[in-house]
Amino acid sequence: MRAVKKSYGSTQVIHGIDCEVADGELIVLVGPSGCGKSTLLRMIAGLEEITAGEIAIEGRVVNDVEPKDRDIAMVFQNYALYPHMSVYDNMSYGLRIRGMAKDEIEAKVKKAADILQLGQLLQRTPRQLSGGQRQRVAMGRAIVRDPKVFLFDEPLSNLDAKLRVQMRVEIKQLQHRLATTSFYVTHDQVEAMTLADRMVVMNAGVAEQIGRPLDVYAKPASLFVAGFIGSPAMNFLGGRISSDGRAVELAGGAPIALGNGHGAASGRAVTLGVRPENLVVTGNGRAPDFSAAVTLVETLGADTLVHARIAGAASDLIVRLDGAAVVKEGDVLPLAAPAASLHLFDQDSGKRIGE
Amino acid sequence: MVERRPLSNLIAHLILWAGVIVVVFPVYYTLIASTHNPRDIFNGEIGFLPGGVPTENYKAALFAGAKQVKTTPATVMMLNSLVMALMIAVGKIAISIVSAYAVVYFNFWGRMAAFWTIFVTLMLPVEVRIYPTYKVVADLGLLNSYWGLSVPLIASATATLLFRQFFMTIPDELVEASKIDGAGPMRFFWDTVIPLSRTNMAALFVILFIYGWNQYLWPLLITTDAGMDTIIVGIRRQIVTSDANTDWHIVMATAVLAMLPPVAVVVFMQRLFVKGLVETEK
Repeated sequence: MRAVKKSYGSTQVIHGIDCEVADGELIVLVGPSGCGKSTLLRMIAGLEEITAGEIAIEGRVVNDVEPKDRDIAMVFQNYALYPHMSVYDNMSYGLRIRGMAKDEIEAKVKKAADILQLGQLLQRTPRQLSGGQRQRVAMGRAIVRDPKVFLFDEPLSNLDAKLRVQMRVEIKQLQHRLATTSFYVTHDQVEAMTLADRMVVMNAGVAEQIGRPLDVYAKPASLFVAGFIGSPAMNFLGGRISSDGRAVELAGGAPIALGNGHGAASGRAVTLGVRPENLVVTGNGRAPDFSAAVTLVETLGADTLVHARIAGAASDLIVRLDGAAVVKEGDVLPLAAPAASLHLFDQDSGKRIGE
Repeated sequence: MVERRPLSNLIAHLILWAGVIVVVFPVYYTLIASTHNPRDIFNGEIGFLPGGVPTENYKAALFAGAKQVKTTPATVMMLNSLVMALMIAVGKIAISIVSAYAVVYFNFWGRMAAFWTIFVTLMLPVEVRIYPTYKVVADLGLLNSYWGLSVPLIASATATLLFRQFFMTIPDELVEASKIDGAGPMRFFWDTVIPLSRTNMAALFVILFIYGWNQYLWPLLITTDAGMDTIIVGIRRQIVTSDANTDWHIVMATAVLAMLPPVAVVVFMQRLFVKGLVETEK
C-alpha cells in the first residue's frame, strides 16, 4: 500500500501529501474540522477525484479506478446502512452484487456476525438497532468484503461517550485480528493516540506531521501539532533566546534554562512549549523558574488542573497536578519547567527548533 | 389543545357536524335516490329512506345504461375510466421517478435546463394547452383510444418535483456506500431508491388515480365513440336537458358506482402509507 502525493480542487484544499503505509498498519488522519482529512480519505475511497499526484494500493495506481474496483471498504460517519434492508442483506449486499455464490455469502456473513456479536440481529432492520449495533453492522459490511484497505470516516462521532470508548477498543482489537491496512479519520486526538500505529496530523490541507503517536506527542513538529495533540493542550510562552544561548527569556522576564543542542541562535524570537503534565511545583531545595497566580482550579479526581497566570502574561497556563494536591484560587504557585520537557518553536514559522 | 371547556367542545363539534352534513348529505341523497323507481323520483316522493328497487336500478345502470337517451352501460364506462386512471397513475409515477432520478443524481449537460423545463410545465395543465394537444393527438391518430386518453395527461411536473424533493433527502452516504459496494446507477435505483420511495409512490398513486378518474374535459373532447366514454363523461351524457325525460334513477346509480373505485383505492392504499408514516426513520 503506497499513498503518494495528492492535491485537490480548484481551490486547493490538500497541498500535496506523501505517505507510505505498510501492510496491516492502522493510520489515523487527525485534525480539526475542515483540515481536509475526510477529503483525503474520500480520495483514497475514490469518491473524490484526485487532481494531481497518485494513490496506489499494492503498487497499482488507482487514480482512475472506480471505488468498487479498488478493493476497499468504508465505514461512514452516519453508518449509511440501507434502511429498507435487514442486517443480513445490508452486510451481504456488496457480495451479492459481485455475484458470489449464496452459501459462500452466508458463511462470510455468519463469520463476520460472530466476530461482531451480531448473530441475533441478522433479521432486523437498521431502525430497530441501537447506535452501537448500527455501528457494528456498518463494520460488518466492511469486514465481509475482505478488502485490502478499511476506511473509517469518523465512525464513532455519533455514539455517546461511554460507547465510544468501548467501540474504540473493539475497532483496535478487530484491526489487529484482521491485520488489514486501515485509514481512520477522526477529529478526536484521544482516539487518534489510542488507535494509531502511525498518525497523520493535518492542518489546512497540509500533513503537519506523520509519525507514531508517542513520537508525535514527544516531539511535535510544529506549534499546531503541539497544541492539537495532548489534552489539556500544551502551554505556549513567547520569549527570546538569551545572549548566552542557554535559556529562554520570557516576556515577563525570568529566564528558563534550556538543555543543550537546541541550535537556536541568541536573540531569536521563539515560542516555548511545555505540557501541563511537565510543569512541576517546586518545593524545598529548588528555585522556581517562575511563579504564577492561580485563577481557576478544576478537580478531575485523578488529576487537578490548575489554571494560573504569570504576571504580565496574556493568557493562563494550565498545570496538571496530582489529584491530592491542595490548591486554591489566589495562591501563587512556584513553578519549574524541566529542561528536558521543553519544546522550542520558531515564532514566525511555528516550526520546531532542534531536538 | 391548551384547555378543554364544555362550551368550546360543543361549538367545535357543532362546526364539525355542520361540515359533515354539508359533505355527506348529497352523497346520502344520491344513494337513496338510486334505490327508488323513476316515477317516484320524478314526482319528488322519495323522502330520506331507501326505496324498493335497488337491484333493478343498479342492474340497469351497470349493463344497459339509460333508456331515454341511449348511453353506454356503466360496466364499459367504468372499465374505460379504470384503464385511463391506471395508465395515468402508473405512467406518471414511472416517468417522474426516472426523470427525478436523472435530475438529482446525474450531472449531465443541460441538467438545470431540463429541471426548469419540467418545472415550467406546472403552469401548463391540459386545459391551457388543450387545442395544441388535441391537434397532436388527432394527428397521431389517437382519438378514441386509451393512449389518447392518458398520454397527454401523463406528462406533468408535480410528481417529478415531489420525487426530486424526496431524493434530495436520501443521504449522500447511501449513494457512496452503494458505489463502494459496487452497485452501479441502475442497481442503486432498483435496490435502494425504489424501495425507499415506496410510500411516496403509494401516496402519489392515490392522488393520481383520483386525478385520472375525475378527468372530464379531456375525455369529453377526444372521445366521440360512445364505447370509449369514461364514467364521468357518461353521467353527463345521461342527463338530458330537452326532448326527453332524464332517467334519474340510472343517473344516481351510475353516480354511486363512479364513486366506488376512488374510495376503494383510498381505503386500500391508506394502509400502505399509514404504515410508511409510522416506520419513517428518525
